[in-house]
Amino acid sequence: MTTVGLYHPGTSVLHRLPAGAKLAGLAAGITVLLLLEDLRWLGAAATAIVVLHAVARVPARLAIAQVRPLLWFVIFLLAVQLLLTDWQGALSVVLTLVLSVALAGLVTLTTRVSAMLDVVESLLGPLRRVGVRPDRVGLVLALTVRGVPVIAGIAGTVRDAHRARGATLRPWALLVPVLVRVLRHADALGDALAARGADDDADVAAPLRQPTTRTRTRTRTRARTRAIMEMRTPG
Amino acid sequence: MITVEGVSHRLGKRRALDRVTVSFAEHRVGVIGANGSGKSTFARLLNGLIVPDSGRVTVDGLSTARDGREIRRKVGFVFTDPDAQIVMPTVAEDVAFGLRRSGLPRAEIARRVTEVLARFGLAGFGDRPAHLLSGGEKQLLALCSVLVTEPATVVCDEPTTLLDLRNARLIGQLLVGLPQRLVLVTHDLAMLADFDRVLVFDDGRLVADGVPAVAAAHYRELMR
Repeated sequence: MTTVGLYHPGTSVLHRLPAGAKLAGLAAGITVLLLLEDLRWLGAAATAIVVLHAVARVPARLAIAQVRPLLWFVIFLLAVQLLLTDWQGALSVVLTLVLSVALAGLVTLTTRVSAMLDVVESLLGPLRRVGVRPDRVGLVLALTVRGVPVIAGIAGTVRDAHRARGATLRPWALLVPVLVRVLRHADALGDALAARGADDDADVAAPLRQPTTRTRTRTRTRARTRAIMEMRTPG
Repeated sequence: MITVEGVSHRLGKRRALDRVTVSFAEHRVGVIGANGSGKSTFARLLNGLIVPDSGRVTVDGLSTARDGREIRRKVGFVFTDPDAQIVMPTVAEDVAFGLRRSGLPRAEIARRVTEVLARFGLAGFGDRPAHLLSGGEKQLLALCSVLVTEPATVVCDEPTTLLDLRNARLIGQLLVGLPQRLVLVTHDLAMLADFDRVLVFDDGRLVADGVPAVAAAHYRELMR
């Protein structure tokens, strides 16, 4: 089960800092990292980030889990950079990337998603005048964070099902069943959001909309999902 | 009072409900029927998740077609798969989600969330990642997320189907003990034994309506 981007409860100084201050600090920190080229300074930055993790009392496995998904990309990036520049330059680029992700990971580990949403919604508030709905943007972000473990879980289940049947693991063979399950999950999640009143602000904004529109759209989506499932689901 | 008048509805090409008319004011109403009989579609009518192709549904005088926003405040809905109804990454955030637009002060939202989690045995779970909960805990979370908004009616669509026997019993007992009006779609006839009324669906039609023993006998006959 993935542990990327999950809040790690705690009472440290970093946990208690307002989300807005942490996001501003993250932006400043990444800007500084981008400006650093000397490996000694990058080493100092790495030490500072490790100290920050210790202050937040984030377990090492959780901190490593934030950057582990970069492993193959980092190897690829390092290889490309070694072709283009010297080893110090290549290491500098890779370290900048890894430290930036580690810093971002620290912010997500010490900040509740709802607190981040409040910041995003207040920052986007002025855009209401041009039709942007900050609450909807916030909801999309929340669902994105929530979607990471859900999709990882679906992919794991499909992979296990293939293994259980003794099938050879080919990524493209997993794609369609994973996609079908993700669509089915999205459909059910849409129903749950509607049932919990997530659509109701839109009803206020557009009182003339016929309520059947949503139902018909959902019925069409379901029909498409069902058609794919009937094609792919054995037995 | 919930009133369903001459409701027909199609899902794609399939007729899901066919001229269903029923009204009830009882505290606990069960809904049973075979897979595909229309009972889930019927449940979804009750909080406006589905607006019927024809006919009318009203809950305490409010029309689901016209007063969807009010209906969803009055009627909470618990789905079969708790995974699909968890919106936020952590337990407390998910319970609080339904109150985000309520206008309540943050302290009051936090108080309500803590209170409902404690009431359903999830005290201390607030900061846990929702996706790491067990199936029973997830369904409890789904129930908490619905009840925190204090609906007058709770509609549950097979809430115990994916649970093991112990969790199914636990959720069943909690549901039956709710002070709210309860409409429960289920295949578990034992859970309905003390209900006030049970509706039986078959092929989109309401074919029986009565006390649990009579309705269950009719259902068993249908399943032969």
